This record gives sequence, structure tokens and C-alpha cells, in this order.
Amino acid sequence: MGALMLPDLSAFGNPIDPLQALEGVDVKIKKELADVALNAAKSKGATYADIRIGRYLNQFVATREKRVQGVANTESYGIGVRVLANGCWGFAATNKVTKEDVAKAAEQAVAVAKANAKIQGEPVQLAPQKGFGEVSWKTPIEINAFEVPVKEKVDLLLNVNDIAMQNGASFVNSVIFAVNEQKYFASTDGSYIDQDIHRIYPSFNVTRIDRESGKFQTRSALSSPMGMGYEYMNARPQDKVQGVVTRYKGRYDMLEDAKSAALNASEKVKAKSVEPGKYDLVLDPSHLWLTIHESVGHPTELDRVLGYEANYAGTSFLTLDKWKSKKFKFGSDKVNVIADKTQVGSLGAVGYDDEGVKCKKWDIIKDGVLVNYQAIRDQAHIIGLEESQGCCYAQGWDDVQFQRMPNISLEAGKEKLSVDDMIKNVEKGIYIIGNGSFSIDQQRYNFQFGGQTFYEIKNGKIVGMLNDVAYQSNTQEFWNSCSAICDQNDYRLGGSFNDGKGQPSQSSAVSHGSATTRFNGVNVINTARKI
Amino acid sequence: MAILNKEEAQAILKKVLSFSKAEFCEISLNGSDGGNIRYARNAVSTAGQISVMDLAVSSTFGKKTGTATINEFDDASLQKVVKRAEELAMLAPENPEFMPLLGAQDFEESPTYNENTAAMTPDTRAEMVGKSLQVSKAANLEAAGFLENSTRFGAIMNSKGLFAYNKRTNVSFSVTVRNQAGTGSGYIEQQFNDLDKMDTLALSKIAASKALGSATAKAIEPGKYTVILEPLAASDMLGNMFRGFDARSADEGRSFMSKKGGGTRLGEQLFSENVNIYSDPMNPDVPSAAWSDDGLKVKRTQWVEKGVVKNLAYSRYWAEQKGVVPVPFNRSIVMEGGTQSLEELIKSTEKGILVTRFWYIRSVDPQTLLLTGLTRDGTFYIENGEIKFPVKNFRFNESPVIMLNNVEALGKPVRTGSGMIPPMKIRDFTFTSLSDAV
Repeated sequence: MGALMLPDLSAFGNPIDPLQALEGVDVKIKKELADVALNAAKSKGATYADIRIGRYLNQFVATREKRVQGVANTESYGIGVRVLANGCWGFAATNKVTKEDVAKAAEQAVAVAKANAKIQGEPVQLAPQKGFGEVSWKTPIEINAFEVPVKEKVDLLLNVNDIAMQNGASFVNSVIFAVNEQKYFASTDGSYIDQDIHRIYPSFNVTRIDRESGKFQTRSALSSPMGMGYEYMNARPQDKVQGVVTRYKGRYDMLEDAKSAALNASEKVKAKSVEPGKYDLVLDPSHLWLTIHESVGHPTELDRVLGYEANYAGTSFLTLDKWKSKKFKFGSDKVNVIADKTQVGSLGAVGYDDEGVKCKKWDIIKDGVLVNYQAIRDQAHIIGLEESQGCCYAQGWDDVQFQRMPNISLEAGKEKLSVDDMIKNVEKGIYIIGNGSFSIDQQRYNFQFGGQTFYEIKNGKIVGMLNDVAYQSNTQEFWNSCSAICDQNDYRLGGSFNDGKGQPSQSSAVSHGSATTRFNGVNVINTARKI
Repeated sequence: MAILNKEEAQAILKKVLSFSKAEFCEISLNGSDGGNIRYARNAVSTAGQISVMDLAVSSTFGKKTGTATINEFDDASLQKVVKRAEELAMLAPENPEFMPLLGAQDFEESPTYNENTAAMTPDTRAEMVGKSLQVSKAANLEAAGFLENSTRFGAIMNSKGLFAYNKRTNVSFSVTVRNQAGTGSGYIEQQFNDLDKMDTLALSKIAASKALGSATAKAIEPGKYTVILEPLAASDMLGNMFRGFDARSADEGRSFMSKKGGGTRLGEQLFSENVNIYSDPMNPDVPSAAWSDDGLKVKRTQWVEKGVVKNLAYSRYWAEQKGVVPVPFNRSIVMEGGTQSLEELIKSTEKGILVTRFWYIRSVDPQTLLLTGLTRDGTFYIENGEIKFPVKNFRFNESPVIMLNNVEALGKPVRTGSGMIPPMKIRDFTFTSLSDAV
């Protein structure tokens, strides 16, 4: 059971030598394999086929206090073939990457499609997509995290732990994850797309124990997972947002944050318990990204709206009639939400999605009104689109691709407004930093969120730290209570490194940008209990 | 190729071990073969067939360990993976918590494998899903579901003579049935090692009946209610609690199992007297491998007896630190109950809420194990021993520790996930707000 305290390494693939497997597989070899699969699928009766040849590299360095818990380099290499036959999807995957096995997988995928076509209703309608020929795309990184020696990462994490312990932490766990997806996509539309995608996520969790009272409190890192290389770890002065605690944009100072976290955790042990009631909330981007993710990102996924996720993640209250009315007031006039698969540094930025669609940017909520969803090729016709919005993704070569969330971000306020000026106008409020506990219903109406640190605001001033805070609201009420958004200077990205969806469940990574935002009169509960 | 028998697995592992030059060497070999169908809106949405096998080698010199894996099985590849693990071990920092390897053990064979499940094909799956779709289409309802089967094997061997092998099958099915207006929803899920126990037609009928019965739900005030939790709902809550039965985090003072002033709550009366929980990998209803990944023998373990905490899980390292015998955790959890059916529990209830399942459960406070989440897919008001009407879903904020102190009655346990869990009647369960979700 102890192992449950650690991330499941098997989910990241197979361990490999850290010094190997950095170079991608030769594009010529991949094209040959792809053509074998596409031809095999067509010869068995597929009307459409695509293949993804994937090499997924992960590095995971984990420490606690003075000790290294694990260093793992993993590689997962294989192919997945998806086909349309008799109007139905079929998929097969294998880790045997030979021409013979790739052809066999294509044939298996056709057999699966044909077996299921017998119980299929309407045939799949695929939005047209032009072939791009042979193209490539790469995350614009400065330092490849896989080329940074493991020792450098271990030393950094042990330093982080040391600083936290020196500043009052009882325990500290710290990690650095690095991801490199080397993906090759080819389809019968005539695309051969080679992509090299990088992500990084440094994080820690500090625990402060008060043995006498038996109480403990934690504070986790204010970092964000990013679509960047190791340069994310080198913060410059302009990346630091000063305030009640330093927050970060673009790049991250892990050592500085570890000190703040240890001090915050000690402060939390002594903080006063919140008085439940209505408060104006001032939400920092390090917190708000998760509220955006759960209450805007998920309900605007078209597959949820249509019922494809009904058996797992759920459906959505943002039904098609609300979108068709062109006047469904999702939020106040200040609320503008954008879907963007091209944003530099974000987790969702790629050149092309996993069904060969070039990535783009579009409005989801405009001046508070619901104007669009997130769709893929077999859904585009349902909302009158002539082409897909490029939201298709699979977590690995052995998983079938499906609709996943693009970066969904709240636009910064158009008028000049700083955090200090926003707080000055709050009479009774709570300023929340960092994401904590989160839960939302299966149609995305009722939610409850916690945070990392909570500051009480009285008559325009921060007067101290609070504990046991969670806010409960209804999505539409909440976004309609949005009364002010800070300007672009405060805009920062947060994000989810592992967003789960689908059956079998798959993980994806997605960013959410925002500036500090105010919501009026939100219901706050007290979460303290005795056992 | 993906599923090897005991002798085939042993032969590969012995060969790999013969290539090792390390002080200690541990190898694991795993394979799986299976397929799935996902459906929604009464039609198939995705389906697949996946087969994989891989081998992992951990080599240790002193307390320095390196691990490497491979999924090719010719001699040259096997030699390469051993060499790579040994090179990594030389580069690795010392692990002060490294434990010497265990020698040969005598493991029992648990009843985890079923021939019929292993023989499932894409057509078997299509036929099973077809039965589910019959139910929803005939009643003018909409089904979304998932059927998956797998055959897996796992084997470990080390340079001290330890060898263990397990082969297992699993078939799992879940379906959500909704009415066309979107005002009613029902759900069921089930998994077995044995395909013959899986009846997708009967299960889909239960989900359909909940979809029809839960339509036009009324709103009632949130607050403290007596609840009857169906086994699935109870299991959702308890799964979060079992993860806290870890001695190390309790000793470190960061768990609900931590004692004020230091130490653990082992031996304390933490729950009602009618709470008894054990795990047993040989239980034919919820079998699992009789060995843990680090080669420990997994035996029947009593976790809670008459509400008293009888055991916590100890890793080999933590057990040595504390001078106790290591206790591996096991997922074959059985919570003992009574003989009453769910219907009988409802009959004995004056006023209460019947909960089919919970959704999106997250920890709010690890200190008290306070959890939040929502009811979903069939929530009903009970009065004078009868279901009176469906009610709108609630958000709860409740701790399973508090919940198991308020147990009024337990029914007959049934297979739920990887455990056996009874339906339960709990008083004073805390609902904090209403949800419009269906």
C-alpha cells in the first residue's frame, strides 16, 4: 500500500537508459511502415485508415527529504492503427514494429470494425481533411530536459528539500517529470506528419506536523506543468509576480517556492478556521486554472454534450439548444474564453492533432455567451463545421485517439487593473492561491474547490490566513458573478499534467491561462471535522 | 505470444538471470492480451484489440540499483537489457532503504484464471454489447457502456532463488442508461474473473429500470440523512479509506491513522462494533495473486475486527525499522456484513435516502479523511420502508471514518470492483448542497 503514495511508474512505460533513445526513429522507416499499414487496411476493405507510430519517452526523478526515491527513464514504442470499415471504427495496436506485424494490426483493426458494424446504428461521418504531405513540427524548447544530467536534477530536488526542512517542514517530497512524445502520423488522406513534443513538470509537497495537537498541514508547489524544455527551471526576475507570496509566470524558481511553502505550511497549522458564509473571492491564476478546467473546459467538450462520455466522465449542461440560441448567458459580459492549440509554452500546443488536423484558435465564450465547442472530425458535422477543430489526442500508441480538451483560457481584462487594486475594493473576501481539492458533478453544474493558501480580506486589506476553506457553487451562477479581471500583466498559465477521460481511461495534458479574477458572493463552507 | 504459461515464463527468466553479473538481480515478466468495445448513443463508438509483453531487470551492486526493460525476446536483446540495468546501477545513487532480496518462497496458486474469459473474441464482445443495446432500444432509452476483457500473466524471479507466477483473467462491464429527455439516468457496473458470471442483458435491465425510476426527481433539502448505500456507493467511499491503512504515513503523523502525540492508531476502536474487514487472495469471489511485487507472501489479513484496527500495511523497510513482520496490502478486500438484501434494508428504514453510486470523490482534508463528491444515476427517497420518489442529486462532505461509526445495519456482501462489499445503512450522512445534474 505504501507504493500507492508514489506515482505509478508503469503508467509511463518502460524504464530505459537515460543516455539513450533521444534521437527519433528515421522518418523514412516510419513512412515505409505507415504505407504498409494503410495499404493493408485498404486491401481488407477500410474506407479510411490512419497509423500512429509513437515513441514516448518519460523521465521521472523523485526524492523525499535527503534521499532519492526513484530515477526512471521510460520508453514506450509501438504502433496503433485506426480504420473505418462498413461505417464503423476499429483499432488495433502492437509493440512489434515490423512490416509484418504492422500489416497484421491493420487487418485486426478492420476485423474489429466489421464485427462491430453488425451492431452499429448510423455510420461514422468524417469531416474532410486535406493531406499535408510530409511535414513536421517541434515544441520550441531551449533546453531538452532529457539532455540535462540526472545528477543536476537530483541535486536541485535535494536542495529544494533541504531548504524546506530548514524552514520548518516536517516532510517534503519533490519530483521532476519530463515528457517527450515522438509521434508520426500518416493517413489515407495523404498526410505524413512527424512531431517532437516536449513537456515538463517540477513539483513538491511540504508537510508540517504539530505532534502535540496531532494536526498536520501541507502546501504544494505553485509551479505549473508546461509545454517547455528545462529552461522552465531558470526563472528570471520578470517571471516573478510579487505579492502575499511569490508566484511565477513563464519560468519557475523551485528553491524560492520551497522556502515559501514551508513557511506557509507552518502558518496554516496556526491559521484560524473560516466562518462559513458568502464571500467575494479573489482567485489567483495558480488556483483559477482548475476551476476553468472543470467548469468551462469539460462542459464544452462536444463528445460530452452529445453523450459519448455518459458512462464515465458524464455529459454536459451546455446542450446544443443553448448553443443554437446564441444567447445562452454562461457568464457575465467580462467572461471571454478561448480555445487555443497554438499557444507557445502551453501543454496543448502541437502542430497537428492525432488525426492529422492542423491546430488553431477559436472562441468558446464571447462576452459571456456560449458560442462554440471543442470537436474532432467525426463530430464536426453535428455543429455545422466543415472541418475539425483539431482536438483529437491519444495518450499512447496503444490507445485509440478521441476528443480531448485544447488549452481553454480566460482572457485577461481589457482595462488596466492590478491585484492590489482589485483587493482594495473588496469588503469581505477571501484571496485563494494554488489549487487544492476539486469535485464537480457529471453535468458540470455543482462544484466544490479548495486551494493551497487562503487569505482573509476585510475592508480592502489582507488581514491574515484562513483554514478549512472550500467554496461551493453552480457553474452558471459562478461565472455570472465574475465582476473584475486583472489585466494582461497578471496573465499566467496553469494546467493539468494528467487529465483523465475515456474508457479505457487516458491521460492528457492541457493548460489554462487567466489573470486574477474576482467573483462576488460565493458560498464558502467550513471543512473542519473531528474523528 | 503475449500469454506465457508458468514453464515458458520460468525458462525466459532463468535465461535472463544467467546473463547477470550483478550482486543481486530481480526480473519481472508481464504480458496481457485483450480487447474492448465502448458504445454510446446506442451505437459503438470505439473498439480495440491490444497485446503487449515486456520484461524488466533490476540489477543491484551494494545499495545501488538500476532498472531497464525491453519488449524484444531474442538472446541478444535479453543480454542487452541486463547490461543496461547493470550500467544504470553503477550510475545510480545509493538507496538507503534498499532491502536484501528474499529467497525462495512457497506461494499458493490462487483461482484467478478462467478459460472461457481467455477465449473471448471481437465477436463475443459484439454479441454481449448487442444484448445490452437490445434493452435500451426496446425501451426507447439511450445506452452508453464499456465492455473489456483481458488475460494477463505476471512472473518474478531473483538471484536468491525466488520465483512466482500468476495468470489471471478479467471481464468488466458498465453501462449508463438515460431516458430521451435526459431527466432520468441509471448505472450498473460489474467485473468477474469468470465470463460465465457476466450477464450484460440482466445488468442492462437494472440500469434501464433505474433510468426510468429516477426521472422527474424532486428536490429535497440537503442536511443529515439516514442513507442506504448500495455496495457500489459504499465501495466508492471505502476505497479512499483503505489507502490510509499504511503504517509508515501513520507513524510519520500524516494520516487519519496517526495518533495524537505520535505513533499509530493500531489497536484502537476506530469504527462501530459491527465493522469487520479482511483481505484474502484465495477468496474464490475476489481472487488475486498470492504474492506481492517485492516477493512477499500475501495471506489472509484481518484489517478491522469488531471496529478495532488489527493491522496496518508495513513495507519490508518500514517493518524492519519498527521491528515488526512486514504486512503487504492486498486488494481482495472483504467487508463482512449480514444476510439482509438491499430490499430488506430498505424495508427496515423509516426515512432515508437510497444511493446507487457516488461520483467525483476527492479528499478535502487528509487529517479527518473528509471526502466530497456527489450522488449519481439513481437517488431515491425512502419512507416507511418503501421507495417513495426519486430525488435530485446531492453533494456530500463526509468522512468514511465517521460513516463507519454510524453503521445501523449491513447487508449481504457482493462483488464490487476487486472487493466484496455489503450494502449498508448509515445514519447522519452529511449532504451539503443540491446538484441539478442528471
